[in-house]
Amino acid sequence: MARPEPPHPQETLTGAQALVRSLERVGAEVVFGIPGGAILPAYDPLFDSKTVRHILVRHEQGGGHAAEGYAQATGKVGVCMATSGPGATNLVTPIADAYMDSVPMVAITGQVPSAAIGTDAFQEADIVGITMPITKHNFLVQHVEDIPHTMAAAFHLAATGRPGPVLVDLPKDILQASGPFSWPTTLDLPGYRPTSRPHAKQIREAARLIASASRPVLYVGGGVLKARASAELRTLAELTGIPLVTTLMARGAFPDSHRQHLGMPGMHGTVAAVTALQKADLLITLGARFDDRVTGKLSSFAPHAAIIHADIDPAEIGKNRAADVPIVGDCRETIADLVVAVQEVYNSGSRADITGWWRQVDGWRRTYPLGYEDPPDGSLAPQHVIRRIGSIAGPEAIYVSGVGQHQMWASQFISYENPYTWLNSGGAGTMGYAVPAAMGAKVGRPEATVWAIDGDGCFQMTNQELVTCAMEGIPIKVAIINNGNLGMVRQWQTLFYEGRYSNTNLNSKRIPDFVKLADAMGCVGLRCESKDEVDATIEKAMAIDDLPVVVDFVVGEDAMVWPMVAAGTSNDEILAARDTRPVWGEDDV
Amino acid sequence: MAVTRHTLSVLVEDKPGVLARVAALFSRRGFNIESLAVGPTEHPAVSRMTIAVAVEDLPLEQVTKQLNKLVNVLKIVELDPATSVQRELLLVKVKADLTTRSHVLETVQLFRAKVVDVASDAVTIEATGTVDKLSALIKVLEPFGIRELVQSGMVAVGRGSRSMTGSEARLRSAS
Repeated sequence: MARPEPPHPQETLTGAQALVRSLERVGAEVVFGIPGGAILPAYDPLFDSKTVRHILVRHEQGGGHAAEGYAQATGKVGVCMATSGPGATNLVTPIADAYMDSVPMVAITGQVPSAAIGTDAFQEADIVGITMPITKHNFLVQHVEDIPHTMAAAFHLAATGRPGPVLVDLPKDILQASGPFSWPTTLDLPGYRPTSRPHAKQIREAARLIASASRPVLYVGGGVLKARASAELRTLAELTGIPLVTTLMARGAFPDSHRQHLGMPGMHGTVAAVTALQKADLLITLGARFDDRVTGKLSSFAPHAAIIHADIDPAEIGKNRAADVPIVGDCRETIADLVVAVQEVYNSGSRADITGWWRQVDGWRRTYPLGYEDPPDGSLAPQHVIRRIGSIAGPEAIYVSGVGQHQMWASQFISYENPYTWLNSGGAGTMGYAVPAAMGAKVGRPEATVWAIDGDGCFQMTNQELVTCAMEGIPIKVAIINNGNLGMVRQWQTLFYEGRYSNTNLNSKRIPDFVKLADAMGCVGLRCESKDEVDATIEKAMAIDDLPVVVDFVVGEDAMVWPMVAAGTSNDEILAARDTRPVWGEDDV
Repeated sequence: MAVTRHTLSVLVEDKPGVLARVAALFSRRGFNIESLAVGPTEHPAVSRMTIAVAVEDLPLEQVTKQLNKLVNVLKIVELDPATSVQRELLLVKVKADLTTRSHVLETVQLFRAKVVDVASDAVTIEATGTVDKLSALIKVLEPFGIRELVQSGMVAVGRGSRSMTGSEARLRSAS
């Protein structure tokens, strides 16, 4: 980024031109946005840019999630743009989502002219104030000559350290003013110094614990993907032979087919993954944050385990669970250093035997595999649909989910073999994430098949972006797991509210007609209602590569996500299925 | 774990919105700021905040780490009352007519405070000191009748020759 400007006379540019030039300089390929009054000056030079493609979305929230999907699929910074006031506030949800899931994103918003700020002018909103707690940092640009270094700083902040969203608010008069354009050679961020090199002493201490633990588990979080450390992780896992779990944000960081992989921990994790954490004597925590959906009741989480906690964000260490060995640093460097350090300890002859541990872990895995039963009423099992999509589209495809039951099934019943093939809204739990994020992922990885696995509730929140997909030639595939209900909420009503289904029935098996809706939006609409049509329908969708496809999979409404740890209870209370508490073997800890 | 009073000295870049970012961070994590003072330092581009909060140790560590993540925050030091000088400024308007004025002035002398304004029926007193000293002064003045009282946030500096700002190379780049 900090390449020196080639020697030529300093140019004078308008703020709008400086903005577009800055986007070109940082290598932004695509901007998802909608113009409006305050941001309008920026759209004029954007019209002429040779390298920055603008994708005209139908709602700013869609633009924000598209930028997230693009960023999560490619590792590059996603960019979205909106005008002042409601345009900017419509970005609030995707910004909050990106903040929770550490997605590198730059949001550019127009602002009313400087002189009108603070006067309750038309389409004025204090978006810098509004987004302060949900951005890594934000800027209100006050001088036209500040645009280049502000944009350089925004992209640097978004992409480095713990990634996150950065917002740049640009008053209209600043976009219209003229000033010298000078690309910065250094960044003026004296208070920003992320630590990437892990401390050697802590690495040695961690290696010693790893080699001596008799019931260790590698607890892998999304930070491993952010650090692009999947290869290093595999080396460490295979060197140590330790069982491994991947959180919802880390699915794909380690191949599901690998023998050491126990699956996902947490509220809807596998019995083996949840139990292994509970019974462990050491957690090697890599880029994970002891989220409440993973730990269950915190005070009873992994009660026997010493904790190694590696994260690039020092504030995560000790936040929820005290760490015995804290390691602040980039996960890739940390894991690479651990490989060397653990090997040294092994070479010195110190290595605990974990075969007994594996016997226990394998027992849980064998006794309580993930599964489901076909609904007794003969309706289509949603899990079957999702499993078949995963099998037919294969491990090279990218899967993007909304939030709810379908999200959990998609995390459970699709086998992820490659990093960056599973995108979802983990921290914020934003319904409506799937369609626009899939659009962004497809723009970033046009060669990949991109399936949005969505619910009928989620789909009705953001499906307008299918129009964008149709117009812009972004042929994503959408599977609506249509149970006609807000399924996860309904599941909780079944379990905790005596089946009183207050306001969870959307009736979306009748209205809207998703096939007609898809057709109206310029997509191909398909419907599948029985098990014997599932494969043929998926294959038909796979064969269409020039248009977005929407498949309405009409499924039973009573299917539930299992296993489950009820909110606020201990992971020891996990239910493998309804009323089925796992029985730990006699030789268990 | 006991709730105790902590004094944080926070060096920040002198940029718009910094105070809002810092204050919002405290309120979002459920901490009540007891006292806050912001002002310039010997570096033109650096401001210093002195923040007094009553919290347990563990949440204080978390809020300090979160503060450190703010891009405009340069450095945070917790000042121990035993090894730092901590002062607040008090301006208090006390009823004082011919019969009581000499008693009021005597109190002012005892506390090494000073009178900064006199009216026929009141005096305005300026005092600096620790929180304890100022509350003792207020207690003694109360019987005369306090008409108006204003008190600054605490400012604090570590004892000895070491500077919180001096050796920091990155502060020079901020200035």
